[in-house]
Amino acid sequence: MSSNKFWRSLIYITLLVFAAFYLLPIYVMLTTSFKSVDEIRTGHILSWPNVFTTDAWGKAWFDACIGISCEGINKYFWNSVKMVIPAVLLSTLPGAFNGYVLTKWRFPGHNIVFGLLLFSCFIPFQIVLIPTATVLGKLGIADSTLGLILVHMAYGLGFTTLFFRNFYQAFPDELVRAARIDGAGFFTIFWRIMLPSSGPIIAISVIWQFTNIWNDFLFGASFTSGANSPITVALNNLANSSTGAKEYNVDMAAAIYAALPTLVAYVFAGKYFIKGLLAGSVKG
Amino acid sequence: MRIFIFHLLTPILGLSLLLGGAKNLIAAGEVEVLHWWTSGGEATALRVIKDNLQKKGVSWVDMPIAGGAGVNAMTVLRARVSSGKPPTAVQLLGFDITSWAEEDVLADLNDLAKQENWNKVIPQPLQDFAIYKGKWVSVPINVHSTNWVWANKAIFDKLNLAVPTNWNEFKLAVEKIKKAGIIPIAHGGQPWQDATIFDSLVMVAGGADFYKKAFLDLDAKALGSKTMEKAFSYLRFIRANLDPNFSGRDWNLASSMVIEGKAAMQIMGDWAKGEFVKADQVAGKDFICFRFPGTQGNVTFNADQFAMFKLGKSQKVNQDKLALVIADKDTQARFNQIKGSVPARIDISDAGFDACGKKGIKDLRESAANGTMMGSMAHGYAAPPAVKNAVFDVVTKFFNDEKVTPAKAAKMLAVAVAIAQ
Amino acid sequence: MKKRIQNILPLLVLSPTMVIILVFVYAFIVWTAILSFTNSTILPRYSFVGWTQYIKLWSIPNWYTAIKNLFIFTPLYISISVVIGLSLAIFLDQKIRIEGVIRPIYLYPMALSFIVSGTAWKWFLNPGTGLENAMHNFGWESFTFDWIINSDKAIYTVVIAAVWQSSGFVMAIFLSGLRGVNDEVVKSAKIDGAGFFNVYRYVIIPQLKPAFASAVIILLHLAIKSYDLVIALTNAGPGNSTEMPATFMYSYTFARSQMAIGSASAVVMLLTIASIFVPYIYSEVKNSA
Repeated sequence: MSSNKFWRSLIYITLLVFAAFYLLPIYVMLTTSFKSVDEIRTGHILSWPNVFTTDAWGKAWFDACIGISCEGINKYFWNSVKMVIPAVLLSTLPGAFNGYVLTKWRFPGHNIVFGLLLFSCFIPFQIVLIPTATVLGKLGIADSTLGLILVHMAYGLGFTTLFFRNFYQAFPDELVRAARIDGAGFFTIFWRIMLPSSGPIIAISVIWQFTNIWNDFLFGASFTSGANSPITVALNNLANSSTGAKEYNVDMAAAIYAALPTLVAYVFAGKYFIKGLLAGSVKG
Repeated sequence: MRIFIFHLLTPILGLSLLLGGAKNLIAAGEVEVLHWWTSGGEATALRVIKDNLQKKGVSWVDMPIAGGAGVNAMTVLRARVSSGKPPTAVQLLGFDITSWAEEDVLADLNDLAKQENWNKVIPQPLQDFAIYKGKWVSVPINVHSTNWVWANKAIFDKLNLAVPTNWNEFKLAVEKIKKAGIIPIAHGGQPWQDATIFDSLVMVAGGADFYKKAFLDLDAKALGSKTMEKAFSYLRFIRANLDPNFSGRDWNLASSMVIEGKAAMQIMGDWAKGEFVKADQVAGKDFICFRFPGTQGNVTFNADQFAMFKLGKSQKVNQDKLALVIADKDTQARFNQIKGSVPARIDISDAGFDACGKKGIKDLRESAANGTMMGSMAHGYAAPPAVKNAVFDVVTKFFNDEKVTPAKAAKMLAVAVAIAQ
Repeated sequence: MKKRIQNILPLLVLSPTMVIILVFVYAFIVWTAILSFTNSTILPRYSFVGWTQYIKLWSIPNWYTAIKNLFIFTPLYISISVVIGLSLAIFLDQKIRIEGVIRPIYLYPMALSFIVSGTAWKWFLNPGTGLENAMHNFGWESFTFDWIINSDKAIYTVVIAAVWQSSGFVMAIFLSGLRGVNDEVVKSAKIDGAGFFNVYRYVIIPQLKPAFASAVIILLHLAIKSYDLVIALTNAGPGNSTEMPATFMYSYTFARSQMAIGSASAVVMLLTIASIFVPYIYSEVKNSA
């Protein structure tokens, strides 16, 4: 029994040590954001703030300088919000339909279609940058949130389709067949039978897309600029704009603002995420 | 049932259009300017142009892209030009101007140039880049030079150091500073900063003729020569006299180290002065500036120019106004007093400039007259971007890897430049 | 009539996606491949020069550094993430009371972009401002941790940060796998007298094959795409020592105005990825047939 106790405490210690490892960067970000510039200079990275100040938080949001405009990061934050909501919806819904068609309404060549979609998940995005820029320009939506929405939708469809297709594959065909015999059509089956049971996979797909799109830097940096930039691009500009002494506290506060939406999504919806994984969504 | 799906899809599409919005066409009285001036001194200097432009009824839409000495900015520019929607004006350097002009996307400013007599007041080496096939395509605002050293005067006084005038004196000074427990050289370990120092070292190792042969003519023999080896061995000496945390540091943070007295010197172009001025430091009193020891009489220059992109008639009016403001004497004088550079026009009095500014103006005029005003390799005025970056690769590799000997580095340099051409 | 609509409806629903994918993925890939045979520099140009750019690509030392780093980074990153992820999942599966607190802590790094955490990481890894400095402050004077400024070791700091980001996520995949393990089999093994380690070694872990597969696929895909990570942490330095294919492509296409070489490197990257993923995709597709 005592050996059991020994093992259990060892497990607990290991788990806590790793928790500390994972928390380290966020700890540094948080404590730094509450320090004053002077304290950052005199103290060290792991020290606890002597005097808590929220100045950096106000400054980051309202009047941090990016280039010559000193209006904080708030407008870029909203840029990202305006981009991420439609982009997530527009990639998730078609993904659900695609998964449904590819598992329950198969047609000759369905596996080729799926293969093509799946491969699109794995391409390095660098290979499409130049053509994408040209095409966005031809469509008249270069350097706009709308353009980014389209791009994120296009490169997210592969993933969402993969999620839903794997999930629906495990969904009993008999139920669909029975519904069809009862005269239910394509959409009726989808809305009444498939969708109501898709909770976990919708959660996975939405969290996945939300995180990827919110965190995207490559497309944001390549296809938008100035006032249209998403938060990640603005944050990078902020961290690289320094006036004499670097205001690490403002950089860190801005970084936490930028991280907040995805953090909240992971912490609160993480449970569904695990459930969704359990449902075999991303299986090999 | 199909009606049902439309019920669902319409709001989503509507929402996205509403939120995303078709947007951001430049309004009538606006110019959109792409640049990478995001540090304190730079941004303050930029306000001079912005305010003077405002007086002419044109408002400035700022498009700052920080980072990488313009690398990120060029990425955005490419995407914008590919998409057929370039910014109104763009900060460009040297061979980048030529490259864009070759693509036939730059506007013709000849009418203005004639009217304002730019041919007379802008030095010839700048015109070589501002004019492409007989057409003015860009307007230079300033001339920076890279062969400068910025030093903390208090430290120099305390250690009783004279301004070094050649490599040996420089070496002795560095060793003396080190002995006193002060960081001799403040530096940021980024490829372009390493290369900025290297500009001066190539000049010191072989003089102006060698610099021209190696970096402007890209002569393979010169690039792989013993003299080049010497330049590399000088660079190794510099590397040995930095603080351990130089890696990845921004140049303006290195300037702060000199301002705060943590380090004695910074080898950097004269944009560094902007940071000193911004920190209320006075030239000659708080800090001193001198040409990199052994390079007095030569100027390796780097001039910021604004190229106007072809955007049609409606925008041409605003572009012309902007070009006039940039070339304006008052703008150039005040802009450069803040930024640390000297005016691109040679007909501006040095009255309002501090000691370093006055020296810069004098050196520039002399070197322009003597033919020793040469483009900086580190800043794209000596060779096309592909070659410049090939040089960066070798210099930064050597700088960070002790295993590469000067002899090997010189050989690598000759090969890398050959491949890049 | 109605029936016929019902028959083509699935195809109609699928077709917008197909059009988008064919254009945005496959047509664009072909486009970039075409560019790799031209002499494009600053913008696309269509005068063809054959294999010249590929020959140039394979004569650039940076490209070899990029490939070498990919081969150092990928196996280390994947194996360390899998080992840590699996161990933590097994530990967390021992009816740990604080699981509800621990799990989100392990998982959150995946929610952060390196653009967000990069500044903190850079700071932390830098000997003058980070861990080394802090240890000196605590009185441990001889402590050194300066990999990030050492061109031989900087790539390992990239591995550390990458493992930090995804090992918790891998843990979650394994944890969900463990929760799906057939309890009956485990019980009967225990009755047969198998100990803790043997139960895992011979009974449970073999059942986690799908979890292994999905973890490796996701990690591989993250490894090859790793771009933000390198840019935020080292910007491919010091001395280009942390160059990776993704940063190489970006830098040649955009910073160096050698678009054709950049495109050639993108094509090589794509072929590498295809050689790994096409067999996987083939097996996925065959499963469904």
